[in-house]
Amino acid sequence: MELFTNQVLAGIATGAIYACMALAVVMIYQAIDHLNFAQGEMAMFSTFISWQLMQWGVSYWAAFVITLAFSFVAGIAIERILFKPLAKAPVLTNVAGFIALFAIINSSAGLIWDFTIKQYPTPFGSAPFLGSQLISTHQAGMIGVTVLLLLGLYFFFQYTRIGLAMRAAASVPESARLVGINTSWMIALGWGMATAIGSIAGMLIAPVVFLEPNMMGGVLIYGFAAAVLGGLSSPFGAVVGGFLVGVFENLAGTYIPGVGNELKLPIALALIISVLVVKPAGLFGRQIVKRV
Amino acid sequence: MSAAEEVVAEGHQAVEAVPKRAMTLGTGTSLVVLAALLIVPMFVKNFIIFQMTMLLIYGLAVLALNILTGGSGQFSLGQSAFYAVGAYTSAVLMEHGNINYALTIPISATVCFGFGYLFGKPALRLSGVYLALATFALATAMPQLLKLNFLEHWTGGVQGLVVTKPDAPFGLPMSQDTWLYYFTLIVTVAIYLLSVNLLRSRSGRAFMAIRDNEIAASSMGVNVALYKTLAFGVSAAVTGVAGSLGAIAVQFVAPDSYTITLAISLFLGMVVGGVGWLPGSFVGAAFIIFVPNMAESISKGLSGAVFGVLLFLVIYLVPHGARQIAILGQQFAGKLKKN
Repeated sequence: MELFTNQVLAGIATGAIYACMALAVVMIYQAIDHLNFAQGEMAMFSTFISWQLMQWGVSYWAAFVITLAFSFVAGIAIERILFKPLAKAPVLTNVAGFIALFAIINSSAGLIWDFTIKQYPTPFGSAPFLGSQLISTHQAGMIGVTVLLLLGLYFFFQYTRIGLAMRAAASVPESARLVGINTSWMIALGWGMATAIGSIAGMLIAPVVFLEPNMMGGVLIYGFAAAVLGGLSSPFGAVVGGFLVGVFENLAGTYIPGVGNELKLPIALALIISVLVVKPAGLFGRQIVKRV
Repeated sequence: MSAAEEVVAEGHQAVEAVPKRAMTLGTGTSLVVLAALLIVPMFVKNFIIFQMTMLLIYGLAVLALNILTGGSGQFSLGQSAFYAVGAYTSAVLMEHGNINYALTIPISATVCFGFGYLFGKPALRLSGVYLALATFALATAMPQLLKLNFLEHWTGGVQGLVVTKPDAPFGLPMSQDTWLYYFTLIVTVAIYLLSVNLLRSRSGRAFMAIRDNEIAASSMGVNVALYKTLAFGVSAAVTGVAGSLGAIAVQFVAPDSYTITLAISLFLGMVVGGVGWLPGSFVGAAFIIFVPNMAESISKGLSGAVFGVLLFLVIYLVPHGARQIAILGQQFAGKLKKN
């Protein structure tokens, strides 16, 4: 029983990473209706920016805020320059664009900062949390930040005018335009916010997985899986999905014989797919009703 | 440009909505390309022949994805898994069962058809990004499954298997590479013709009806579940054949040659060639084989970025892929005839 509790706790700790990433994925999905494959790379690049700032002697929190602002602007810029011209192109062409963006960012980061692994500081310290060996203060802090972020987003979307406008632009673009919402800029804003959230995720994840250009590869896959499991239309679902995936993965690694590190991912994915077969819109997602 | 865009938008909806005169132009072009494919290998070096073989093989794999996505509207990031199953079926049969390489191809097509058909069953409940995730899971699981200990006797584990390259039969005076090229060409042309006819048949129309509107299709009497799984089966079978040919051409199979990267390249090939336009598959295959090499030669450190920029250029210029160029060409030819 103790092993079980420990594994669940450890799962929640890694789950926080996935939850962060899943939240960013859902944000952009809400705004543009596609999964952005380059999301992880964008987060990685932002994290490198903050690292570089700290190398130049900027304090952690100052670097944090500057990176956040940079990511927000960069996200908007990427949408305006690269993806706005593709707005009328087929969906699959857009997906190819994301893959191209992935390649560009990954390769440039490799050239600027090379592929060696770098230490990344944590603002929360890494002592054991409340005397537990399994969960460190950093991981507890990560969970805290994720929950705060989620609350913030909830209030933003539910109780602010601009949040309402973004929701309208995403769900019924034509009607939103008719009531005077600039839908095109709402999409750009969505990109900016998603990139900023991604950068927070990156800066929280970096102390755990270490900083290098490929650090987001694995995390993004779990983030996608978590977002899909929770339901792509629900930020709350994304966070729950993130924690569930973390716990799933840990329990599968512990209790199913013959599952090493290598098979953890396929098993977690297989479980998620079985959930999806029963609930095709994810656990908390709304089923989209299509008109014939 | 606007007129062209309208045509593209129309053409995007229906594969066979191409005017009659244009078809003859299309046939003419295909014959010229086929003649070039037959003659060129007689005059070039073995390495180029090998690359042309790979072009045909990847072309087949992209074609298979095109049948699935362009035909029936189901998205897949799991094509590398079917490719791997095809490659391993051939390799294991040839090396452990001493079966002739040519015979392994129909066998791996059958095996992959079954695999794809069965995978299509649970995938029926999923669509869009959810299906993308499911197929993606398949692609990430496949290399790990091939490395499993209890399969190691057959698959060779992480090391993989070495495949012997076949000699030309009947004492034909050509090198192994040249023979393999012609063999691949025969298989490719056969599968290409079959696929074109499949999409023009009753089943092909059923695929497209499902792609355009599932509910409308089912109310017209199309058995949606059957045709969706069939599309997966056919696509997997063609990918499996490509995998078999690939294993024979490269003379080696290993789990890590069939990762998600392969599936993503095949996807890019489909987009660059034009979704739903079968001849484009080979243009797309050329893109995914040659452009990464080109990017590498432009800048070693930034090869990924150069590739990304080139890809962006292509999708800006022709968002509908090579098919858009073909349609423009047809219109131009039509104008010339009128004058």
